[in-house]
Amino acid sequence: MITADRKPLDEIIALVGDNKKVLVAGCDTCVAICLTGGEKEAEILASELRIKAGQDGRAVEVEHTAAIRQCEWEYLDMIADKVAAADVVVSMACGIGIQSMAEKFAPKIVVPAVNTNMLGMPQEHAVWLERCGACGECVIGETAGICPVVRCSKSLMNGPCGGSHDGKCEVTTPEKEELDCAWALIWERLKSQGREEMMYINRPPKNWSKSSSGGPRKMVREEAKPV
Amino acid sequence: MTATEYKAGSNLEKILSEGKFAVTGECGPPKSADGSVIEDKAKILKGFVDAVNITDNQTAVVRVCSMASGWQAQQNGLEAIMQMTCRDRNRLAMQADILGASILGIKNILCLTGDHMSFGNHPEAKGVHDLDAINLIKMYKDMRDEAKFQCGDEMPVAPQLYIGCAENPFGDPFEFRALRLKKKVEAGADFMQTQCIFNVPKFKKWMEEVRAIGLHKEVKILAGITPIKGAGMANYMKKFVPGMDVPQEIVDRIAAKEKGAAQQAEGKALAVEMIKDLAEVEGVAGVHIMAVEWEPAVPEIVEAAGLLPRPAVA
Amino acid sequence: MADADVKAPEAPAAAAAPTAEAGAAGAEAAEEAPKKPVDPNFEPEIIVFACHYCAYAAADLAGSMRLQYPSNIRMIKLPCTGKLEVIHLLRAIEAGADGVYAAGCLEGECHYLKGNLWARKRVNYVKTLLEELGMEPERVEMYNMSSAMGAKFAEVATEFTNRIKELGPNPVKREGVNPHAAARAALGGVAMPDEAGSTTAVPVEEGHAE
Repeated sequence: MITADRKPLDEIIALVGDNKKVLVAGCDTCVAICLTGGEKEAEILASELRIKAGQDGRAVEVEHTAAIRQCEWEYLDMIADKVAAADVVVSMACGIGIQSMAEKFAPKIVVPAVNTNMLGMPQEHAVWLERCGACGECVIGETAGICPVVRCSKSLMNGPCGGSHDGKCEVTTPEKEELDCAWALIWERLKSQGREEMMYINRPPKNWSKSSSGGPRKMVREEAKPV
Repeated sequence: MTATEYKAGSNLEKILSEGKFAVTGECGPPKSADGSVIEDKAKILKGFVDAVNITDNQTAVVRVCSMASGWQAQQNGLEAIMQMTCRDRNRLAMQADILGASILGIKNILCLTGDHMSFGNHPEAKGVHDLDAINLIKMYKDMRDEAKFQCGDEMPVAPQLYIGCAENPFGDPFEFRALRLKKKVEAGADFMQTQCIFNVPKFKKWMEEVRAIGLHKEVKILAGITPIKGAGMANYMKKFVPGMDVPQEIVDRIAAKEKGAAQQAEGKALAVEMIKDLAEVEGVAGVHIMAVEWEPAVPEIVEAAGLLPRPAVA
Repeated sequence: MADADVKAPEAPAAAAAPTAEAGAAGAEAAEEAPKKPVDPNFEPEIIVFACHYCAYAAADLAGSMRLQYPSNIRMIKLPCTGKLEVIHLLRAIEAGADGVYAAGCLEGECHYLKGNLWARKRVNYVKTLLEELGMEPERVEMYNMSSAMGAKFAEVATEFTNRIKELGPNPVKREGVNPHAAARAALGGVAMPDEAGSTTAVPVEEGHAE
């Protein structure tokens, strides 16, 4: 799923600016699942914005709502009235949802309350780890089901590099926590599958033109398009 | 394509091809537009090493580019081993740069992955990593031997290159390390430098595995040595440098001496001992001395290790 | 779920019930210096979310033991503090409560096993939200006690009330908004009715949602 993390409150407040009628719009799919921007979190942010306004002595109306999914036009229809009544919409959806809102309700100002960060999954409850790089040409069939594009800090196709030590990457998280070396994981899993020889293949350079490096991508299902 | 039997005909290549024990050094370019630094370092090392590595934004800290400093070294009579990392350049730039280097007379090229941006002074930079080191080695090999660009287009004049790579005998997964070197050799590596060795027994074990698959005959292996300047440095490398294996006995040995000149002398003595030890290991074709910001130590070490005079080749 | 406009507080700051003047003096003092003089007339409004099995029983016990504790606290009974959500605490603050605390069973003795541990996590999270808002994280707290600890209940109530007196009134307190009612409304059906004949020294007041 797509994960996002809430922006610092002062950034959101700066984005809201002097607007008097604010709608905090949550999304009940990905960002709700990662406990960042669902209806619950929208209500919390709305309460925080009201408290802040009270502290500053500003008269501000803050409502909250949530769409089932902000990335579908039909679901946005369902909250259109609330959007119309607001001066600014603070969207807690991922970047896709925010942009959909901004496009559908243009020229209404829609601002992000979150920083969309990764395609990840909950390794354990409340801990999400990055898993997929959306590179457009998946190679995990050759790497024991582990993505070298985004789980290797250097996107190596022929890892590990010299910085792999004790199964850990030379890079740590910003909080200085250890990261697993993806290629150490790949090697271990290939061994457990009896497929060590896959580690010896010299993989060619990746075709990055299939990734976002090649430009914004588009996908069409001709057979599904309306007649 | 080159007309001689050599791939590039560099000094380093000739010495290694003739089976002589090679000595390479290392220089870090300055963090400014100061042209004198490399000139000064070249003067110190000339005659004591067969070629010198010119690092490429090492530890992701910006310095003068390897090509320019490499050219400067060669202008001052010291053969350069240019370095290229995958972190900062995409395949277009890497090919363009090697053509430029070749025109400037640089023949030795070391292909590296590169330390991650987060280690350096520009952690917010976007890491390129279009290719990895193995892709890079193969790409340069194909340019040299097939006169072809990575995309398949042909070029009228191929660069003359002697291609090197690095390997860490102490990285993990340990069991895979010799095999990773095999991948680099298959990709086209001609010579290889190891990360600095302090754990000689572990290195010897790794060499056993390398010899077991015959790699020592396919690639020229230079053992990395870093003279220790003091106990503080030994400790730092032990604790903070990724992939470094510094046995406690080494740290203790240096720390047993008085700080300053005594520790430095011990560090140099240790380096000389290790060079002599490693020169006896079957498959070790030379030594790569990385005297980090301590270039003046190199002539002394090379002499004490009995490696002078350096061979002069045609 | 539209919310009432947040009106700009008139100077001096309006405050609910009998503490208007004290509240104003407190609010002005809050703006002046980090170490505020403690206003002897400021009577904080404190909301207590107490669990049925332990804390509320301890409160009852305190009552039957005739222990004195401040009448500033307004209790809301929950089956377990684990039912408390971040929004409930925030709504109380938003509605002008000067201080809010959750009182649950001793750790390891929660009737529902881990509810009080969840409550503590959420209280800690609300502390970070208050910090983000530039408010004192000390305005929200978590306490643990067993049903036999009547004295502890009284002690906590007194200690917390004194803490809030020192902090001064909630800067977003305003006239006509009852924090206790707002907290009950936020909880909805989760809040349990006060027991009839309960010896808790809290007067039954208007605005209880049943």
